[in-house]
Amino acid sequence: MAIKSYFEATSAYGGAKSKLFWSLLALGGVVVLGTLYAFFTLEHHGHILTGMNNQIVWGLPHVFAVFLIVAASGVLNVASIGSVFGKKMYKARAPLSGLLAIAMLAGGLAVLVLDLGRPDRLIVAMTHYNFKSIFAWNMLFYNGFFAIVGLYLLTLMSRGLKQWSKPVGLLAFLWRLALTTATGSIFGFLVARAGYNSALYAPMFIIYSFGYGLAAFIVVQSVMYKWNNIEVDVAILARLKNLLAVFIAAGLYFTTILHLTNLYFAKQWDYERFILLDGGIYTTLFWLGQVFIGGILPLLLLFSPSAKKNPALVFFAALLVVIGGHAQMYVTIIGGQAFPLNLFPGFAQSSSFYDGVIHSYSPSGWELMLGLGGIAIAFLITTVAVHVLKFIPEDDFKDIELAKH
Amino acid sequence: MSEHQINPSADQDRRDFLKTSAGLAGLALAPGVLLYGATAYGRPADEPASSKVRWGMLIDTTKCSSGCNDCVTACNTENGLSGKTGPQDSQWIRKVHIKNLQNGVEHDLPMMCQHCENPPCVDVCPTGASFKRADGIVLVDRHICIGCRYCMMACPYKARSFVHEPLHDQVPDVPRGKGCVEACTFCVQRVDKDEQPACVEACDKAQHGAMLFGDLNDPSSAIAKAVKTYTSTEVRADLGLNTGVRYQGI
Repeated sequence: MAIKSYFEATSAYGGAKSKLFWSLLALGGVVVLGTLYAFFTLEHHGHILTGMNNQIVWGLPHVFAVFLIVAASGVLNVASIGSVFGKKMYKARAPLSGLLAIAMLAGGLAVLVLDLGRPDRLIVAMTHYNFKSIFAWNMLFYNGFFAIVGLYLLTLMSRGLKQWSKPVGLLAFLWRLALTTATGSIFGFLVARAGYNSALYAPMFIIYSFGYGLAAFIVVQSVMYKWNNIEVDVAILARLKNLLAVFIAAGLYFTTILHLTNLYFAKQWDYERFILLDGGIYTTLFWLGQVFIGGILPLLLLFSPSAKKNPALVFFAALLVVIGGHAQMYVTIIGGQAFPLNLFPGFAQSSSFYDGVIHSYSPSGWELMLGLGGIAIAFLITTVAVHVLKFIPEDDFKDIELAKH
Repeated sequence: MSEHQINPSADQDRRDFLKTSAGLAGLALAPGVLLYGATAYGRPADEPASSKVRWGMLIDTTKCSSGCNDCVTACNTENGLSGKTGPQDSQWIRKVHIKNLQNGVEHDLPMMCQHCENPPCVDVCPTGASFKRADGIVLVDRHICIGCRYCMMACPYKARSFVHEPLHDQVPDVPRGKGCVEACTFCVQRVDKDEQPACVEACDKAQHGAMLFGDLNDPSSAIAKAVKTYTSTEVRADLGLNTGVRYQGI
């Protein structure tokens, strides 16, 4: 009854808006239903229906999942700049930033869990910890992230707890740095594979998260503003676009350093040749997806003179960063596995178990359905939360003045 | 009240059922008890594996025949693997053909879990399902493996397989299951009965004698003497994993 009257009250905003809300809910719901159908099918028949195999053990679901998890930690930066570093313009965006962080992490984790060989044993993962495993640490970081960011949102949105928002915001900021360090280290700690095995993965994933998170934030904020007929002030737009440009450039810098380091090590030449020159889909996705669509093109857009006054251009650049981010995850996760392990350096190798050959991978529709489910879950959480609580960033005109300086 | 009264005939049925069950259970267990009693050198089931033992294997690639696949077939039979070699099929042991890129010298050798002293699969496993027994055998606890496949990412030897589909007609001694990761166990079910792993037995039977299995910690064992006498190498020795499987002749 209470819910009905609430929605009746909100319909005072206009029937069209309410209709839009329910349409979005239905859209997200349909995708999630598809994801659940894929999950139960895979649970019944096994991973034999997927394109994943004993060579490519992590596939398309992991590309979506890791992107969402990395972007989730990065999207919280917007709040951190407000609470921890005291920038007022970002403070107005802190609640939406916290909400998106929780929603995207929930979506990413859901995909990881649904892809497990034994998802029914989730309780085992929650009760048995091998503390030498960075994966086990990640589980603690993810769960802690929900709790801390939830608490942070509470301090931001309830009047009586406002004074706590700075210390809790600082904790959330430090926690997210640890979380992304751990996520990057999942790959960095893989000692035997040419594509991983580098301490750079931890800071590189943090830098990537800054870019992907802010890009995701700009995309969501732009859509929310559009639907509510709010125009973002040019001063604020300029701030956000410049920050995004810095993050993109920093991401490109880390990518360059990773490959330069590998190019310096003779034992890594074959791997670098694979990714940079003759790796087929991986080479294409690296240069066209990660570097051009996710890096150079958005940089050009953001630094173009018209971007200062054109929110659509900034929105488009942010969208490109999100797309490029998925390409990067595909190259990192699948490309890193497609290149074979070198058991006998200096020898050509062959076997019935695909030693010495580039491993092939064709993702199935089931995997795509699992992956898209992560985005849909994040989308649903955000849509509902934004509908029932006040998350839309509203700028005080004084803050806009401050943003200009 | 009436629903709490005991039905005498139902009670009798229950007693009969229990008697029959106990009888059947006895029949089922008896052969196992007899079998257990017959293996004089086997380690009793309630006695933990000893860290005084380090099981290991020495493979002489000069004796390994290029056309022979007997070790692989024996492994498949012993452990109930299908023997199929598609990208999603399990292979616990495989024959690898290698050719030196500079001098063209070729070798064939069996490759399987190397039973490392410092196994990366055990380090990365979030739940502790991947574990190393006190006697050096690296195993997967099928009860707590969640099927995340991180161990497969971490293994330098590509030794592990993921079960991609439901399994039927499993070998009773070798539990396997859809959604879990698995690998060579050194035929732990045989080793605990003081027998050789199936691959080693098959290699001897084919009169190649390329595989030697035993306790590396026992100075009087054939493997310990051989490792002391001949130069042997670890695959990816640079990783410092101290593998239980060593190769000779490469």
